[in-house]
This record gives sequence, structure tokens and C-alpha cells, in this order.
Amino acid sequence: MRFPSPDPSLPFRAPEAVRGLAAELARLDPGRPVRVMHVCGTHEHAIGAAGLRDLLPPWLRVTAGPGCPVCVCPAAEIDCAARLAADRGVVVAAFGDVLRVPSRLSLEEARARGGDCRVVGGIEEAAALAAAEPGRPFAFHAVGFETTACTTAAAVRRGLPANLSILSSHRLVPPALEALLAPGGPAPDGLVLPGHVLAVTGLGEYEALHRRRPVPMAAAGFEPAEILLALAWILRRLRGEPSRERVGNAYRRVVRRRGNPEARRALAEVFEPVDADWRGLGRIPLSGLALRGRFAALEARTRHGIAEDPAVGDLVPGCRCGEVLLGAAEPEECALFGAACTPESPRGACMVAFEGTCHARFRTGAAR
Amino acid sequence: MCLGIPMRVLESRDGAGEGELAGVRRPVRLDLVPAARPGDWVLVHAGYALQVLDPAAAEETLAALREVGEIGREEPR
Ligand code: SF4
Repeated sequence: MRFPSPDPSLPFRAPEAVRGLAAELARLDPGRPVRVMHVCGTHEHAIGAAGLRDLLPPWLRVTAGPGCPVCVCPAAEIDCAARLAADRGVVVAAFGDVLRVPSRLSLEEARARGGDCRVVGGIEEAAALAAAEPGRPFAFHAVGFETTACTTAAAVRRGLPANLSILSSHRLVPPALEALLAPGGPAPDGLVLPGHVLAVTGLGEYEALHRRRPVPMAAAGFEPAEILLALAWILRRLRGEPSRERVGNAYRRVVRRRGNPEARRALAEVFEPVDADWRGLGRIPLSGLALRGRFAALEARTRHGIAEDPAVGDLVPGCRCGEVLLGAAEPEECALFGAACTPESPRGACMVAFEGTCHARFRTGAAR
Repeated sequence: MCLGIPMRVLESRDGAGEGELAGVRRPVRLDLVPAARPGDWVLVHAGYALQVLDPAAAEETLAALREVGEIGREEPR
């Protein structure tokens, strides 16, 4: 069986399907207010762009959680990368959004001070840049969840140019969700799981999470119908309807039970889980990835003898990114939102990144 | 940066390949999807294909959607 060209996602945008699903959601009223959280910046964009919140019944609220890897990267790690560029003569390659994230010293500011910071679309581009200038030290600031970490792992496993090191700021999604769902916290009634992370990891870790934190959760793709399907699955569980599946999957064309075994193997070979800080959320056990064993010497912190400075604070006064990342506050509740803080002059990380909740809300709110 | 986009594999050689979407061609690493063949749709993120899209599974979801679409239309407002 083959997909019709030009784009296999088109049918999942069909207006009739979206309308039908919206009507279905309205019928699934559990008789109380429901808050479902997604944890993916791309979901926030998709929801905003398709105007999905306007289609939801009044008792259903969809909020955004800590789903933006750039936003959750602590300021102290950005500061590390910036000091490598500004003070150590290391060429720092990073995703475009990372350059603008505020810190004591941002990468953009490091560049203004004469540091060499380059925008890349992934580690392959960083490796090509480093290979072209073998006489200069390069570092790739590796920011991202499992989706990005497995690409770092694949490149490391294949072999990097000798002058390229890795500043690992990779983070794992399940430990953050576990912290978020802890009793007594601002736990949502259901979780829409990030489809591309689960494309890599599969459903297993989330089934284990569900055993410990029994909140209905379903994987979703990024087309409107796929997001609504996941919401419908969650609502059926909240109404007590049984399912054979412990974790729902509304993204079957990409998410398989075991994920991508080759990508998981690469992750396990190259990285080991370590305790890590999340901007605005604090330290979460075993939620970060460090280069392991024979790859540990590739870490930029080790190679260049640099470490995070605990004096670097995460948030500027007034910025509520921490609460926004937890879904405990909406961007509009921040006094700086849209006034002192805009995508053009961001005050907090959530406004910088394309996937940041404040950024997405500003863009899609302004578009409508 | 966390965006994943579907692309059709045009060629593949030792883990290096080329993908295409809507006429735009890009180099794509295929190290993580050893089973991908030219003609397959893959999900691409940060220059790497992360998964091969499964047309049969997509069709299952679409069938469910068509059903809901019908129900949605029949339901009196
Ligand atoms: S609007 Fe700006 S300052 Fe306010 S929470 Fe969002 S990023 Fe922080």
C-alpha cells in the first residue's frame, strides 16, 4: 500500500473530519470541567493555527505544558555555551531559537562581543562546519528531547570531526511528566502526548508512567483531526469507558508500540540518564542525558573545562515562564505578555522559541 | 526546532539519502531507519529520518475519521 502524493498528512486536515470530531467531543461531556495538557510546542502551534480551541466545548480546556526544549533549557546552560563562544574562542553551533534565549549572556550577545555563533538545523550541519575548519574548536549545543537526542546519538556513534564537541542539554519527557503528575501538584485531567517523541521511544515508557500516575494519556500527531482524536480518547476514559489500550494512540501512522528500535539503541549506546535542571521547574531526577563511557570525553564542558554557574538565574523579574511551563498560568496572565515581551524583544524563553507557549499564543492570537 | 516533517525518500546510499516534499529536495540521514527504501515516506527531524510512515496504519485512522465524519453530519443540531 502506498501513500498518494503530494502529502500524506492532507486527509487529516479534512474539514468534515474536524467538524465531525468536534461534534463527537461535545457529546463526551463527563459532567465536570476538564483540563487536558499537551506537552509539545508543535501541538500548541497546530492548535492555534487551526483555531481548535474555538471548536472545543466550554467545559474542555486544553493547556500547554513543558513541551518546548529550548524553553526548558536552564539559563545556566545557555550561559555555558555563550561563554565558550565569547571567552574561549570556541565556535558554537546551535539551533536558531537557542541563540536568542535570554541568559546572563545569551549566544546573540556573545556574538556581539566577537564570539562566533552559528545557526544550524541539526548536528549534521554542525559536523560539516567543523570539518571545513579543522584548525578551530567547535561545539554543538545539543538541545532537545528524545527526538533530537537520537540524532545527536546517531552522529556521535558514526564519528564526529575531532574538533567538534557536544554541549549536552538534552532532556527526557517521561520524568518531567512524572514530576508534573505528582500528587498535590497542578495535575491535569489528561495528557496529549508528543507524537514525535513517541515515534522514537514508543508507548512502553508511558504505559509504565500510567501505572504510577493513572491519568488518561494519548499520543497525537500534528494535524487537527489527530489532536481531536486523542482528546476524544482521553474523554472516553474520563467517562469510565474501558479501552484495551492503556495509552491511547491517535498517531498510528508514525507511533508504534516499540517506537524506533534503532533510535532507542543509539540513545542507549551514547547517553545515560542523569539528574537535570529544567528552566523554571527545578531539578528533576534522571531527566537529562549525559554522554556515557567512551563518548564522555566528547562533552564540551569536559573538553573546555567549563561548568554551569549556579549564580545564573532562570527568569527576569515579572516573567512567569515557570508557571506557563507547568500549565499553571496562561501567557495572557503575565503582565509583560505582548507589551514588554514580544517575539521581537523577548524577556523570557517561552517567548523566544517557535514552540514556546507565549510565542505561539502571541503569533496565533495576533493572526486571528 | 522540534518540528518533524514527512518527506518522500528519493535515494539512499549508506545511511545518506535525499528526501522530497512538495518539490523541495533535502539531504536526509537514514541511519536510524535502516528499512527505509526509495518511495517510502519518512518523518524527518533535524536532518534525520526518525520513522517510516505506515500507510496501512494511516488508513485505519482515516477509516475511523470517515465514520466520525458521517456521524457528525447525521447528528441533528
Ligand atoms: S510573556 Fe514573556 S515574560 Fe511573560 S511569561 Fe511569557 S516569556 Fe515570560
